[in-house]
Amino acid sequence: MQFPILSFIVFTPIVAALIIFLIPENRKAEVRVAALAAATFALTLSAWAYFSYDVSVGGYQFVEQVTWLPALGISYKVGLDGMNAPLILLTGIVMFTGVLISWGIDDRPREFFTFLFILATGVFGVFVSLDLFMLFFFYEIAVFPMYLLISIWGWKETREYAAMKLTLYLFVGSVIALVGAIAMYFAAGLGTFDMLQLEHAGFSRTFQIIWFPFVFIGFGVLGGIFPFHNWSPDGHVAAPTAVSMFHAGVLMKLGAFAALRVGVMLLPEGAKVHMNWIILLTLVNVVYGAFIASVQTDFKYVIGFSSVSHMGLVLMGFATLSKEGMIGSGIQMFSHGVMTALFFAVVGMVYDQAHTREIPKLGGFRKVMPMVAIAFIVGGLVSMGMPGFSGFIAEFPIFMGVWKTHPWIAIVAAISIVITASYIIRVIGKVFYGSLPQEFVGHVHDVTVLDKIALVFLSLILITLGVFPGWMVPLVQSGVQNILRLLGGA
Amino acid sequence: MEFMTNHLLSFILFSPAISALIILLIPKEQEKLIKWAAFILSLIPLGFSIYVWFLYDKGVKGFQFQELAVWYSAINSSYHIGIDGISLTMVLLTTLLTPLALLASFSVKENIQSYMILFFLLEMGMLGVFLALDLLLFFVFWEFGLVPMYFLINQWGSEKGEREIWGGNKIPARTYASFKFMIYTMAGSLGLLLAIQMIGVVSGTFDIPTLFEKWTSLNKSVFGLDISVVKAIAFWAFTLAFAIKVPVWPFHTWLPDAHTEAPTAGSMILAGVLLKLGAFGFLRLVLPLYPAEAHQYAPALAFLAVMAIVFGAFASFGQTDFKRLVAYSSVNHMGFVVLGIAAAAYAMNTPDANIALNGAVLQMFNHGLSAAGMFFLVGVIYERTHTRDLNEFGGLFPLVPVYGGILIFTSMASLGLPGLNGFISEFLVVRGSWPIFTFYTAIAMLGLLFTGAYILKGIKQVLHGPLNEKWVGHLTEIKLREIFVIAPLMILMLWIGIWPAWILDVINRAVQSIF
Repeated sequence: MQFPILSFIVFTPIVAALIIFLIPENRKAEVRVAALAAATFALTLSAWAYFSYDVSVGGYQFVEQVTWLPALGISYKVGLDGMNAPLILLTGIVMFTGVLISWGIDDRPREFFTFLFILATGVFGVFVSLDLFMLFFFYEIAVFPMYLLISIWGWKETREYAAMKLTLYLFVGSVIALVGAIAMYFAAGLGTFDMLQLEHAGFSRTFQIIWFPFVFIGFGVLGGIFPFHNWSPDGHVAAPTAVSMFHAGVLMKLGAFAALRVGVMLLPEGAKVHMNWIILLTLVNVVYGAFIASVQTDFKYVIGFSSVSHMGLVLMGFATLSKEGMIGSGIQMFSHGVMTALFFAVVGMVYDQAHTREIPKLGGFRKVMPMVAIAFIVGGLVSMGMPGFSGFIAEFPIFMGVWKTHPWIAIVAAISIVITASYIIRVIGKVFYGSLPQEFVGHVHDVTVLDKIALVFLSLILITLGVFPGWMVPLVQSGVQNILRLLGGA
Repeated sequence: MEFMTNHLLSFILFSPAISALIILLIPKEQEKLIKWAAFILSLIPLGFSIYVWFLYDKGVKGFQFQELAVWYSAINSSYHIGIDGISLTMVLLTTLLTPLALLASFSVKENIQSYMILFFLLEMGMLGVFLALDLLLFFVFWEFGLVPMYFLINQWGSEKGEREIWGGNKIPARTYASFKFMIYTMAGSLGLLLAIQMIGVVSGTFDIPTLFEKWTSLNKSVFGLDISVVKAIAFWAFTLAFAIKVPVWPFHTWLPDAHTEAPTAGSMILAGVLLKLGAFGFLRLVLPLYPAEAHQYAPALAFLAVMAIVFGAFASFGQTDFKRLVAYSSVNHMGFVVLGIAAAAYAMNTPDANIALNGAVLQMFNHGLSAAGMFFLVGVIYERTHTRDLNEFGGLFPLVPVYGGILIFTSMASLGLPGLNGFISEFLVVRGSWPIFTFYTAIAMLGLLFTGAYILKGIKQVLHGPLNEKWVGHLTEIKLREIFVIAPLMILMLWIGIWPAWILDVINRAVQSIF
C-alpha cells in the first residue's frame, strides 16, 4: 500500500487544530509556532503531491478508498488529477502565508487558528473528494468556520451583517446544489455516490437539462457568479486578513471547482445546453465587476470586486467547454488564488498601520513599506493581465476559448482589461506613491520579516508561472483532457 | 562556447535581465558603483549585437540565428526568436542607445537602483519585440515594455507642472502623462490582443514564419463571416495598435505629454526606440500578414502619414517649450517612416516600393539617433537652467560654444542636411513614394519646409539673438561625460550621411524578402 498522502493533506489541518486547541490559552507563542509548523507541513505535502503527479500517466492518482456507509453507497474516496492538483498546492500556499501574516493576531489566537485549520481541512477535502457525499460534507465544513471567523475577528463595522449574509448565501447555494445531487443519486439508480461511477450513469438528456442549472448555479454562488456575487465583496471586506486571503484565494475556487466537478462533469449534456446563457452571466461578472471595482473608494472593496471580475473569467472559461478555455480557467484559479491572497495580505498590512482603508486618505506608503509596494505592484500587474506574469498565461487561453465559441463575447470581455489596468494604476499611485499624509508620519512602520517572507513567496510564484508556464500547464491540460472526454470530445 | 554561439540572440535578449539582477544585489547606498556597473553591463548586449552584425549573412533570405524552444505548448506558442536585416538594425539601435541613456542618467539623484533596474527591463522588453518570431511572444514583450516606462515617467519625470483633470482637481503633470501613456497604449493594443487570439484560434499556431504562409492563404469563412471581412477587421486592429505607438496623426496626443514629462534618458529611449516598435510592427506583421488589405488601405495610411508630417511640423513650430518642440518633431519625422511603408504596401514588389521601404527602415534608425541626441541636448540645458521655456533662453552661443556646435550639428542631422544621415533616408522615402503617391509626397515635401523652420527656430531661440543676461556665470559648458554620450551618435550621423552603404546593404536584403 502506498503512502496515503492525500489523507495526510486533508487531515493534517484538523489534527493540528485539535492540538492547538489543547494548548493553554495564554501560551500564544506556542500556538503560533504550532500553527506555522502545521501549515509548513501541509504545504510541503501538497507540493510533494503536486510535483509527484505523473502527467504522462494522467487520470486520478494517489486514489484512496474506505467504505464509510455502505448501506447508502457512501465511501471516503479521494484522488488527485490535473484539475485539482494546482488547487491543492494553492491551498497549501495560502495556508502557509495566511499563518505567517496572522502572527500578530492577539485576540484569542488559539481559537482563530483552530477555526482557520478546520476551514483548511474542508477546503482540501472538497478538492480531492471523488465521492459526491464527501464533497458536500467537506463543503459544509469549509463554510461553517467562516461564519465564526468573520463574526468574531472581523471588521467591527460590518462583521455581523457580512458573516450572516455570506453564510446564508452559501447555504442556500449549497442546498440547491444538494437537491441536484440527490436527484442524480436516485436517477442513476446505482446506489452509490462515487462520482467516477456517476460519470457513466447515463443520465437522460432531459434529466441533465433540468438539473444542470441547479448544480452549476448552486455551486456558482460560492464562485461569485452574477447575480449572486454580492455576498463576496462584503464578506471579503469584513473578514480578518488571513480569512480574506482564504476566502477569496481558495474558497471561491471551491465553488467554481465544485460547479465544474459536479455540474459539468456529471451532467455534460446539460452543460452544453445551458452554457450559452451562463456565459452571458459570466460576461456581466467580468465587465461589471471591473467597473464596480473602479469606482470604490475603500481599498479592500476594490480588491473584493476585482475578485468578482476575475472569478467571472474562470467561470467564463468553463462555460466555453473548450480545451483552451478550461485550461485557462484551471490556471486562472491558481493564479487568481495566489494573486488575491497577495492583495489581501497587502491591504491588511496597510490597514494595520493606517487604521483606514479610504483610498483618498492614504498615500506615500512606498516610503515606509517598500516591499509591500512592490508586492502590490506585482499583484496589480498579474491582475491587469500583463504579459510576463501568471495572469496573462491564464487569461489568454480563456479568451481563445471564448473566441472559439462566442467571438463577440471575447471582444466585450476584453474591455475589462483596460478598466482593470486603470483602477490598479490609480490605486498604486494613490496608496503607495505621492506624499505620506502628515498624520501617518511616525505612526506607520515597515512590516515584519514574516510578512515580507509571505509577500516575496507569493510574488515569486506569480512571476515564475508567468515566465515558465511549463510547470503547470501540462498538468492542467491532462485534467482538461479528461473533462473533454466526458463532454464527448467537444 | 558552442552554447553561446547557438544562443547568441537569447543572450542579447536576457543579458539585461541578468544585469538587472546584479544591480539589485548591490547595496542601495553604493550609488556610484551602481551607476558604473549599470553602464558597463549595458555594454555587453551592445558588444554582442555588433558581433552578430558581423556574423550576419547578408546574402541569405529570411531569418537567421533562429532559436526554438517549448514555451506554452497547450496553445501552440513557443519561444521562437530570430533576426533579419530590419530587426538587426533595430537591435543595434536599442543596444547602442541604452548605454548612452544610462550614461546620460548619471545625474539622476533619487533611487538610482530602481531606476537602473527599470531601464534594463525596458531594454529587454524592446529587444524582445524585435527578436520575437512568435506572435504571442511578440505581444508579451510589446506589453511588458510599458511597465518600466510607466514608472520611469511617473517617478523620475519632471517634478514641475500640473494638469487639471475633470472635476477641477489638479494632479502632477508626470502622473497625468504616465497614466495617459499607459492607458492609451494598453487600450490601443487591446485590439491587437484580440486579433492575435483570433488568429491563434483560426490558424492553430502563433509561429510568425508559419503564419506568413498559413494566414495569408486562408480562405474559408470564419465565425460566419467572410474571411476578407475578418482579415480587414484584424488588419485595422493591428494597424491601430501600431499607429498609436508610432504615433500616426491623430493618435499622437499621448506623445508630447509623455516625452515632455519623462526624464532625459527616458525621452531618449522613448523617441529613439519605443516609437520604432510601432513602425517595426507594420514591417514585421502587417505587411506580410495582410498584403491585400495593406494594399487596399495604403492610401488612407499615407494620408495619415502626410498629416503627421505637416501637422507635426506646424505643432512643433508653435511650441515655446524646447522639449515639446523636439517631441512634436518626432511626429513629423516618424510620418516619413509611415509614408514609406504605405507607399511600399501600395506598390508591392516594384523597385520604387523597395526604395521607399529602405528609406523607411533607415529613417527609423536615423530618427533613433537624432531624436535621442536632441532629447539629450535638451536635457543638458535643462539640468543647468531648470527651464525649458524657449523665451527664457537666447544668445547662449558665446557662453557654451561647444554645446552650441553640437546642438547645431544634431539639429542639422534632424533637419535633413545633405551629408548627414537624415537626408539619405528622407530622400529615399521621397524618391520611392513619389511615383506611387505623387500628391501626398508633394505635400510631405512642403512639410519638410516647415521642418527646416522649426529646427531653425529652436536654434535661434536658444543660441542666437540678444543674450539673456541672467545665464551669464550660471550656465556651464557641456561636461566630458556628456560629450561621450553624444559623440557616438554624431559619428554615426556623419558616417551614415557620407557612406550609407554599410547599413543599407543589411536593410535592403531583408526588405526585399518582406513580400
